[in-house]
Amino acid sequence: MAAHPGGLTAAREQDGTTGQATVRIENLVRSFGERRILDGLDLTIAPGEFVALLGRSGSGKSTLLRALARLDDDVAGSGSLAAPDHLSVVFQDARLLPWKRVLGNVVLGLTAPDAEQRGRAALAEVGLAGRERAWPVELSGGEQQRVALARSLVREPGLLLADEPFGALDALTRIRMHTLLRRLCERHRPAVLLVTHDVDEAIVLADRVVVLDRGRIAADLPVGLPAPRRHGGAGYAALRERLLVRLGVDPAGEGGEA
Amino acid sequence: MSATAFDRQTSPAARRTPATALRRAGGGPTGKRLGPGRPLPYGWAAGPLLLLALWAGGSAAGLLDARSLPAPWTIAATTGDLLADGRLQSHLATSAQRALLGLLFGVAGGLLLALVAGLSRLGEAVIDGPVQIKRAIPSLALIPLLVLWLGIGETMKVVTIALGVFVPVYIHTHNGLRGIDQRYAELAETVRLGRLGFVRHVVLPGALPGFLLGMRFAVTAAWLALVVVEQVNATSGIGYMMELARTYGQTDVILVGLVVYGLLGLLSDALVRLVKRRALSWRRTLAG
Repeated sequence: MAAHPGGLTAAREQDGTTGQATVRIENLVRSFGERRILDGLDLTIAPGEFVALLGRSGSGKSTLLRALARLDDDVAGSGSLAAPDHLSVVFQDARLLPWKRVLGNVVLGLTAPDAEQRGRAALAEVGLAGRERAWPVELSGGEQQRVALARSLVREPGLLLADEPFGALDALTRIRMHTLLRRLCERHRPAVLLVTHDVDEAIVLADRVVVLDRGRIAADLPVGLPAPRRHGGAGYAALRERLLVRLGVDPAGEGGEA
Repeated sequence: MSATAFDRQTSPAARRTPATALRRAGGGPTGKRLGPGRPLPYGWAAGPLLLLALWAGGSAAGLLDARSLPAPWTIAATTGDLLADGRLQSHLATSAQRALLGLLFGVAGGLLLALVAGLSRLGEAVIDGPVQIKRAIPSLALIPLLVLWLGIGETMKVVTIALGVFVPVYIHTHNGLRGIDQRYAELAETVRLGRLGFVRHVVLPGALPGFLLGMRFAVTAAWLALVVVEQVNATSGIGYMMELARTYGQTDVILVGLVVYGLLGLLSDALVRLVKRRALSWRRTLAG
């Protein structure tokens, strides 16, 4: 791993047990050429906390997620970033290896002797028991994304990073996936950072919603609504409006940003 | 073409679209469809059988001179004679051995070079240029040089075949490797696959379609090179049998040799396609 300036590598070697936080980011800077994508960002995520990260396109959401996933070794930057080694990533595309059957995809990279058993259990959890021998092309988009969820959760991660995981799904499938993700997170209790551009998705799923603007945290709001959350209600609408304003959308003139 | 077009993973929905579009293109339910329609049963045999019938008819009617083009039944009788005295079998065995050895070395070499060039930038810098230069020189043009270096024995023949084989294997495998989606490398990093695991689970299966396409060209190249080397200073093999027949004016024996070459080419291509279909069952292409 290439050493970043600012003692980043040293901070990363501790395994998520820095104080109370699972993720602790201080003064993080990431630049592409002259452009500062992340500009002195601070963020802390507690163990088991579900944080949604909202932002307009180009606000640096994906850059932050890639920094946490350690997929940005070739990007210039500074600051300190502590995240558990034991993390999983769910991408916007399911990213299944087409030449491996579903179960093979779930247990990819696992070496434990009971990997296959755990893989089957994870598939059952996402409602795909019996599809272990299917090829990825035989699954629908939603099913593929559920396999990707199983692949992430079978690793029992301390931190789950999700980069617009439901962005490519149709609206009905997305609602079903929300319920599933919420249930899985309550059972496995990983800390979650969900990158999304969908305000409703953020409110329905997260404990806390963070808005990113020009490389910094522009708003950090606890959701504090009782579960199960549904669209509508006074608290819901108020929070939605505040977030939309932060995102630079006028809620009065805008039917809804999906 | 179709083999590489589907190397990338596309969503099933995207893949289904062309077929649906094609069906709709017919207009109303009674309109004639624009697609070629359902395949005829045993349609592939129709063309060759028609040719054979014309040939037999021409011979029977005396339109074809028996010295230029003997009748099909003469060819069959000659094949029977050659089989009876064991000459055909022994020549065939020699030819097959040369082709297989050449294929073996050529495929191994091409595969190895493609992996090295595909997995490291240094390897690519060192290997790719020379292979592209080699590609521009027909292997058969190297025969005079190879004869001077290696003599006229079996080594020269096997090396010539191997040189013809390794180029398509290299080109297509390397192409397949390069075509592997960068996103899979990213995935491999996030699930903590090591270098070896990456090669085993991502690189090799990802390059397999390209490799198998290369194999189809390689098999053809092997038979092609075989024909030529067996007509240069050989003392055995199908090509030698034909060359000898030319000296004695035995047109029928030459035709037997041609038929054998043709059958070998068809059989080996069918074999590679069978392997391809079984090894790539994870893909659902329009070809089925």
